[in-house]
Amino acid sequence: MIAFAANTSSLPVPPAPVNPASGGRRRRPAVLPGFGTTAAITSLVVFALIVFPLAVLVLRAASLGPGGFLAAAWTPRARAAYAVSLGASLIAAVASTLLGLVVAWVLARIRFPGRRLLDALVDVPLALPTAVAGLVYSALYVPKGWLGQWLVPLGIKGAYSFLGIVLVLVFVSLPFAIRVVQPVIESLDRDTEEAARILGASRLQTFLRVVLPGILPAVVTGFALSLARALGEYGSVVFISGNMPFKTEIAPVLIVSRLEEFAYAEATTVAVMLLGMSLTLLVIVNALQQRLARNAQ
Amino acid sequence: MSIHIRHVTKTFGSFTALDDVSLDVADGALLALLGPSGSGKTTLLRIIAGLEHADSGSIEENGADITDLHARSREVGFVFQHYALFRHMSVFENVAFGLRVRKTPDAQVRSRVEELLRLVRLEGLGGRKPSQLSGGQRQRVALARALAIRPKILLLDEPFGALDAKVRVELRQWLRRLHDEIGMTSVFVTHDQEEAFELADRVVVMNQGRIEQEGSPDEVFDQPATPFVMDFLGNVNVYHGRVENGRAFWHGIPIDYPDYPHAQAREARVYLRPHELELTPAADGRQRPGTSLSARVVRVTRSGAVTRVACRPHGSDAELHVDVPTDTARALTLEPGSNVAITPRRARVFLPAPEYVI
Amino acid sequence: MSSRSTTTDISQPIAALLVAAAVAIVGLLIVVPLVAVFAEAFAPGVAAWWQALAHDPDTRHAIWLSLTVAPVAVAINTVFGVAAAWLVARFRFPGRSLLISFFDVPFSVSPVVAGLAIVLIFGRQGLLGPTLAWLDWKVIFSWPGLVLATTFVTLPLVVRELIPVMEAIGPDEEMAAVSLGASGWQMFWRVTVPNIRWALLHGIVLANARAMGEFGAVYVVSGHIAGATDTMPLRVEKLFQEYRQPASMAVASVLAGLALVTLVAKFVIEHRLAAEARDLELARSADGTTHDAPREAA
Repeated sequence: MIAFAANTSSLPVPPAPVNPASGGRRRRPAVLPGFGTTAAITSLVVFALIVFPLAVLVLRAASLGPGGFLAAAWTPRARAAYAVSLGASLIAAVASTLLGLVVAWVLARIRFPGRRLLDALVDVPLALPTAVAGLVYSALYVPKGWLGQWLVPLGIKGAYSFLGIVLVLVFVSLPFAIRVVQPVIESLDRDTEEAARILGASRLQTFLRVVLPGILPAVVTGFALSLARALGEYGSVVFISGNMPFKTEIAPVLIVSRLEEFAYAEATTVAVMLLGMSLTLLVIVNALQQRLARNAQ
Repeated sequence: MSIHIRHVTKTFGSFTALDDVSLDVADGALLALLGPSGSGKTTLLRIIAGLEHADSGSIEENGADITDLHARSREVGFVFQHYALFRHMSVFENVAFGLRVRKTPDAQVRSRVEELLRLVRLEGLGGRKPSQLSGGQRQRVALARALAIRPKILLLDEPFGALDAKVRVELRQWLRRLHDEIGMTSVFVTHDQEEAFELADRVVVMNQGRIEQEGSPDEVFDQPATPFVMDFLGNVNVYHGRVENGRAFWHGIPIDYPDYPHAQAREARVYLRPHELELTPAADGRQRPGTSLSARVVRVTRSGAVTRVACRPHGSDAELHVDVPTDTARALTLEPGSNVAITPRRARVFLPAPEYVI
Repeated sequence: MSSRSTTTDISQPIAALLVAAAVAIVGLLIVVPLVAVFAEAFAPGVAAWWQALAHDPDTRHAIWLSLTVAPVAVAINTVFGVAAAWLVARFRFPGRSLLISFFDVPFSVSPVVAGLAIVLIFGRQGLLGPTLAWLDWKVIFSWPGLVLATTFVTLPLVVRELIPVMEAIGPDEEMAAVSLGASGWQMFWRVTVPNIRWALLHGIVLANARAMGEFGAVYVVSGHIAGATDTMPLRVEKLFQEYRQPASMAVASVLAGLALVTLVAKFVIEHRLAAEARDLELARSADGTTHDAPREAA
């Protein structure tokens, strides 16, 4: 028989939370705890670490007035830096996207020995410090380097050149291009491809007409993410570009250079320009990722 | 432990989940909240548990106002629809959870948990993880966990909804027996009429945030208070007829309806359950003229001991469903195309809102 | 090569070609540099390698500094990550979407810009400069500044791991804990943390790798005073500028070794995460099994 005392409880009842604001008014605590505490911590950190510093940056730049801002942000050297930054990042993003597509396809569709190893290696640029990447890339592509010794005689200068910048930017952005596209390829509905083949399409036609449209949003998102990553990169570029103003100086390098010379106005305004480009890209990327998520459903 | 719900309203954004709902739950009752999705039954259950807060209204437990009391202090046992077992704890630790957070001594915890595992017939499985159990076993762990803290009231949210039919039937009977033994006030939510009728002492039919009717299963089925209740519980044939002079007219056939003695005819909806219609072969001369409807059989479907006969009355497009015991159906040799006479035995009449009669 | 995957899309020779291309891409861009770091670091011999690391006081200090800055930044971001994920995953409130979008900002802002913003606040000529001078507190060119900069760049890593997991699991278990009488902390430690532990670990591992490797933001904030405010990546750069390539490679190899450890840990954790995601799916769909026989042990 069950010893069940249905109506008496010998167990202590957890105390109800104290409602200091009761009095005449009803207070309704949320069912799940922690809203107040987590809201306080989160807003404090987000404000103090993100909103406030960036606001100070923007306001400091804005305090120069439109004329002053333009004068500081649009110097010839700055313009060259934007061009190098944007140019190298765009080229690198395109390269990452194309190369990444090949790698993503291979990883998603083809079984071969060592596939898991290859898959793990794709994440190396995410874990490797950018300074290390820059150091070793420069060591590889200088005339005496492992790769440079073959490439420089062919006229391919990977170090202290624009090409060097593009190379390291591809290195840092490749994982982004791959990891966005890979799961989309994996989840493609193979039935539609088989249907196309049964209806007589060649492999190339099937790829172009059935597969490509399906993965295009992911590819574009991967491109945007690669571009965003490349634009902000500093650590690796510093080692390999030679940082020559007007030639291989990217915007972040210019900012640091001006800062070291206490030219705060120029440093700040160029930083705001860079920030503007980055945040615009962020908005675009978010919109693309939302579209990608919707399409996946 | 009795519960009194008074004028509870709850909205989620622009959606009104509960609209001025009042309900009394007697001590020791096993009550079912029955209704379609969106009827507010789960919301009401969660408000009783303290997992949601009503926008207005109050809840009393044995006379004490618990409206603002937090869920953890309400001493309710809540069984979630998908069990919500703690996936990283063993069965034992799941059941022991309520005791552990009250800092109950180990020996007491052990004896209570083992007692409960015996009660739900899961003794020996204390070391398993939820992922290693079947749906029915998880359900019982969830129940044991809720009962461990000796709650004053047991609340179950669609407890058997996710289970196979056979397991569902077994667990239903088992829950009924458990309730009879323990006598704890229990409220459960279901959209399955059969389940509500089999388990509950009292049934509360809800629709769109309101209580349509409350009563024993028999009361609710035999004397539905609203068209919704009649329609929701079991199948029903609806006919748009009229009432006049104390009679309702169904396909022209008069049925006594003393509630409307007026001479002024009014539109009315006449509801008949399939088993409230009697079927006889048309050629049978025993029917009085004017009391039965001639029809042709369209379809005969046997469903176990009951045969559903779909008929089309002559001169009408409507399809009438008549339930006949299978033995009778065989004796009558009903086939598509046969002519039959349908006699109404009982009907329920609902009058739409009155228009102005000048 | 398995035949299933190549029957409809590509023929064997093309598949082989693609695999070769992928291997070449990853090999040239990733593997060769990785191997080169270790090769160049150990080329002068293990003794020289050790000499460069242990016998150079500035390098020793850089290692020590990295080991004290990164964990603190990671700890701050772990606390923040858990709090922010709980807030966003379990509650709905006005401004929630805006808040979530703020979490992503450090990812898209160039680290140099972040460092500059910090300097503008805490630098001598910055907003709080005079106040800090009066209090004789040093932020930039000093350890606190390094922590700030590192915390900024690693901020999203933990919270972005936790939000999807918390949303996927749902609040039911925590609601159950509350209905059974658990207090906030009891619910958190007994129910929430066990459910998010692998995602949390994943975020911490990633955040740590990023924190130890951070260059740009720290470069701006540190003033890169050798022996005082150089972290390991900065030390690599300093040695490189001084044309001391072997020493630079030695320090770089330590960082690269750490990166490999990170990747292994990440791999293991992702395995666990995938297993848990599968269990979640199974639990969702297998509710209706009739047989009472136990399934395989988890």
